[in-house]
Amino acid sequence: MASNPMYQFNVYRIGPEIKLGSVDISFTNASLFMVISSLAILIIFNLGAKKKTLIPDKLQLLSELSYSFVAKMISDTAGSKAKPYFSFIFSLFMFVLFCNMFGMIPYAFTVTSHIIVTFVLAAFIFIGVTIIGFMKHGLGYLKLFVPSGVPIVLLPLIVVIEIISYLSRPISLSVRLFANMMAGHTMMKVFGGFVISLGIVGGWLPLSFSVALTGLEILVAFLQAYVFAILTCIYLNDALNLHH
Amino acid sequence: MLKKIVFLLFVTCFACFNTVFAAESGGMPQLNPEFWISQIFWLIITFGILFIVLTKVILPKISNNLETRKSQILENIETADKQKEESQKKIDEYEKIILDSKLKAKSYFNEAREKILDDINKKRAALEKDLDEEINEVEKELSDLKNKSGEKINRIAAETSAELIKELIGDEVNSSSIAAIVEDQSKINKERKDV
Repeated sequence: MASNPMYQFNVYRIGPEIKLGSVDISFTNASLFMVISSLAILIIFNLGAKKKTLIPDKLQLLSELSYSFVAKMISDTAGSKAKPYFSFIFSLFMFVLFCNMFGMIPYAFTVTSHIIVTFVLAAFIFIGVTIIGFMKHGLGYLKLFVPSGVPIVLLPLIVVIEIISYLSRPISLSVRLFANMMAGHTMMKVFGGFVISLGIVGGWLPLSFSVALTGLEILVAFLQAYVFAILTCIYLNDALNLHH
Repeated sequence: MLKKIVFLLFVTCFACFNTVFAAESGGMPQLNPEFWISQIFWLIITFGILFIVLTKVILPKISNNLETRKSQILENIETADKQKEESQKKIDEYEKIILDSKLKAKSYFNEAREKILDDINKKRAALEKDLDEEINEVEKELSDLKNKSGEKINRIAAETSAELIKELIGDEVNSSSIAAIVEDQSKINKERKDV
């Protein structure tokens, strides 16, 4: 079934079955790639942070540029109040980015192409942001649903729409990432399959498509990680600076 | 032609896609809840460890590195500014020294020149004085000699004339009268010479 474009998203157990009570928490290929991504991040950034030279080498430059990139992203979208959440957003961005990028390696598993993973991340962000909002503003955080300058007649409708849009945040955030990754990888697989099925005569067109798609997918992998992180910043901005 | 080929290719692609999907039985593996709990569990573990290690160990180091670099660069710029100022001061000092020494050299030169000129003048004045004196002396001697020579000549002439007269006439003539004649004669000679 290797020609099935959805086959690449299959999760299977690696090693023995681990049960916690009646719950199956076995180590799977998804877990393996989560571990690989995290380890890669830790190794790269640890090496980059190790040396303290005035003129940085490549790894140091990479880690410092990433640091300033995320720091700038946060300060641009959420202001200086978001500084305590820097390390979380940095970890989130790097985790999603590395999972996406590792997914681009042939035969690799894409962790972020699974709705459950992205949904857990998005739900965690949603709950965290809501808690932060209520902690900072108390019940005044509910003013987020009542935009100022709206005619009183439209207000009930607007409030309902605002509440729905607020509650749909975790779904839109998770589905955006998951759908992008799944669609991209499925497409690459499909075009890769065409290269084989059309053979040496007609296979060149899907092959060139595949090459172009690889470039596009690398861009998408970065872009979706960036979008995921920047939307988190925007939600955090709503919670920290209540000016709707 | 090319359009037709591309169109045909897409039709084939679509057909392939359909057959591929028809072959699939379980739908999207993402919606199979068999390993959801496992994925959530491992996500929490890996992301948690990643977050904790990044927060506690790595990010402070990077931020520290960046801060250190920033402060070091600022410090270096400050030092450079200070050194620039100092060097400017040194250059000013140096120029002042050169100007001073130039002036000094000039004054030394002038002093020396004046001294030498003074010396030369003094020496020349002394020499001129000496020379004048000597010339005067010589002139005086000469005029003395001239005056004296006239008298002597007159006397010799008188004596010689007296001797001659004595030899000629054998008698002595009054010497004073001879002297008077000689004097007259020499005066006439002189006048003639002067004229």
